[in-house]
Amino acid sequence: MTADLALIWPELILTIGGLVTLMLGTYAGDRQVGLYQLAAMVTLAAAAAAVLALFGTDATVFSGTLSVDSFGGFAKLLIYAASFICVVIAPRFFKDAMRAEYPVLILFAALGMGIMASSRDLMTLYVGLELNSLASYVLASFMRSDERSSEAGLKYFVLGALASGILLYGISLLYGFTGSTDFATIAAALGGELSIGIIFGIVFVIAGLAFKISAVPFHMWTPDVYEGAPTPVTAFFATAPKVAAMALMTRVVIGAVGPAVGAWQQIVIFLALASIILGAVGAIGQKNIKRLLAYSSINNVGYMLIGLAAGTQQGVEGVLTYLLVYMVTTIGSFLIVLQLRDDRGNQIESIPALAGYSQRRPGLAAAMAVFLFSLAGIPPLFGFWPKYLVFEAAVNANLVPLAVVGIVASVIGAFYYIAIIKTMYFDEKSDTEFPRGTGTVVEDAVITASALWLSVIGYLFIGVLAALSATAAAVLF
Amino acid sequence: MIQLIAFYLFATIVIASAAMVIFARNPVHSVMWLILAFFNAAGLMLLAGAEFIAMLLVIVYVGAVAVLFLFVVMMLDIDFAELRSGFVRYLPLGALVAIVLAAELVFAVGAWQAGGVDLAARAAPAATDTSNIQQIGELLYTRYIFLFEAAGIVLLVAMIGAIVLTHRQRGGVRIQNISAQNRRRPEDATRLVDPGVGQGMEL
Repeated sequence: MTADLALIWPELILTIGGLVTLMLGTYAGDRQVGLYQLAAMVTLAAAAAAVLALFGTDATVFSGTLSVDSFGGFAKLLIYAASFICVVIAPRFFKDAMRAEYPVLILFAALGMGIMASSRDLMTLYVGLELNSLASYVLASFMRSDERSSEAGLKYFVLGALASGILLYGISLLYGFTGSTDFATIAAALGGELSIGIIFGIVFVIAGLAFKISAVPFHMWTPDVYEGAPTPVTAFFATAPKVAAMALMTRVVIGAVGPAVGAWQQIVIFLALASIILGAVGAIGQKNIKRLLAYSSINNVGYMLIGLAAGTQQGVEGVLTYLLVYMVTTIGSFLIVLQLRDDRGNQIESIPALAGYSQRRPGLAAAMAVFLFSLAGIPPLFGFWPKYLVFEAAVNANLVPLAVVGIVASVIGAFYYIAIIKTMYFDEKSDTEFPRGTGTVVEDAVITASALWLSVIGYLFIGVLAALSATAAAVLF
Repeated sequence: MIQLIAFYLFATIVIASAAMVIFARNPVHSVMWLILAFFNAAGLMLLAGAEFIAMLLVIVYVGAVAVLFLFVVMMLDIDFAELRSGFVRYLPLGALVAIVLAAELVFAVGAWQAGGVDLAARAAPAATDTSNIQQIGELLYTRYIFLFEAAGIVLLVAMIGAIVLTHRQRGGVRIQNISAQNRRRPEDATRLVDPGVGQGMEL
């Protein structure tokens, strides 16, 4: 037991850090933004350092409820990094509405996501998922005075509770028909003929998880929640929980129900195709940049699922690389959305208002163009690379039609990304002024760094990325 | 023999009081009947050898949930006569739902009798020499300790969330400030005056 404790340092640090931050907020007051923000940042950095220190260990702790391995480590690093940035950017957005509970909830959400990413038991999966979800519901409606924020929180809560119910039903079926909640034991029990109960269990569990990664047909909440939630929270939703839920889905699909390839593969293929196509088509008519990014995330989740559908180590490597690149792109684009303010400081979210943005803020417009081209997967940019990896994995796993549909849909997807770039660069200047000085040095630095990384420098890291994702993915096979 | 008598006693009272929950005109009486049903269900659980669940029923359902029900029922001003007025109108629909549920029950029992899904054999065998409170405790505090602690954090997050969403600082509220009260010295609050005879008092 004591030896186990040494292996869950990241979780311990996050828990203690979260409690300390909560106390700091309580006793120092909500005005001391710098203090509790710093505490949260230090906690996340320390947790990330602990993950790095444990990287490479492969152990199961607490009687097999939790696994400490490189796969979980990779996901946790991404999750903590995204949470860190979302803590940093919050105070400027919330201004007077900033409260100490924001970093606290982010910390506990990160804890829950870490548990999700390293679960190897259906009960751990559920506890981690609920910890993350509960914190997320509250974060979505953090701006209590804002109607849209409350609406987003309520929608997310109701649909999330429904998804949890579906997931739990699937878990109870899997437990009933295999006699265990442990992933490895479940996988061992799936060797022979599959009973109808097991198939139902698999369907329900995957459906519940598909809600979390907002894969079609469980995506309905995404545009509304992304639009209504405060922008830093939207940035958080679009990155960290996606990574955690995708890692969890990979663990369940490969680790728990892996032997039942025939059962899960067609579900994942369906989710992938539906998400890619609906994400691409649904985005076309959008006039709100946050809604558009929501559809873009649905679309991108579809591509990740292509890698997962392959069900091979190469496919999982593709998924992990995709997650990393997608996270960098999304953080960058949401940081730019955060800077879209007119001369009175109001948040601008409408796409037509961006007309002529390149003449007002050439740097940001260029960065946005890089992010959008990268999301579209246009070759010279780094966003192309993970798409190539997942398609390659799909082709190698004899899923050529899936890859073909994916490539065709990415052309549709490119249309709306390029439409925004056209609006920014070639349309008549709109009346909206975008004054300078809307971002802090840190925000500008993050935008610049991620834009540069995505444009050319990323290719220098292909070797490192491949090695990292291979180490992480190898754990599952 | 004594078990059989106890079983039939508890079972009869459970069913009778459950029926009274529906038939009682006064909603507060309904909740009282519900509490009686919970108590007797706990007795049934005891007979089945599940003493932990029996205690949970008494502590959680009777102690907390039923009292909460009572509060809600007393606070809501529900006109139950009004609610019941549509009874005949909705009778066909209700009967249909009842028939479907009854049919499902029959199917479920039939399927269970037919075998096939051998759930009981798959579940972990229970050690008979320890009480199930001890068994649950041993599992909860050893094997599932991580999940147990994580569930604690989930509850903490739920509490923080409820406070974030509902707590607001209202102006114009006079809260007791104990330290200010203690700091107040007699000199601040009282003064001695010496009014002359027949002059009255000026405050």
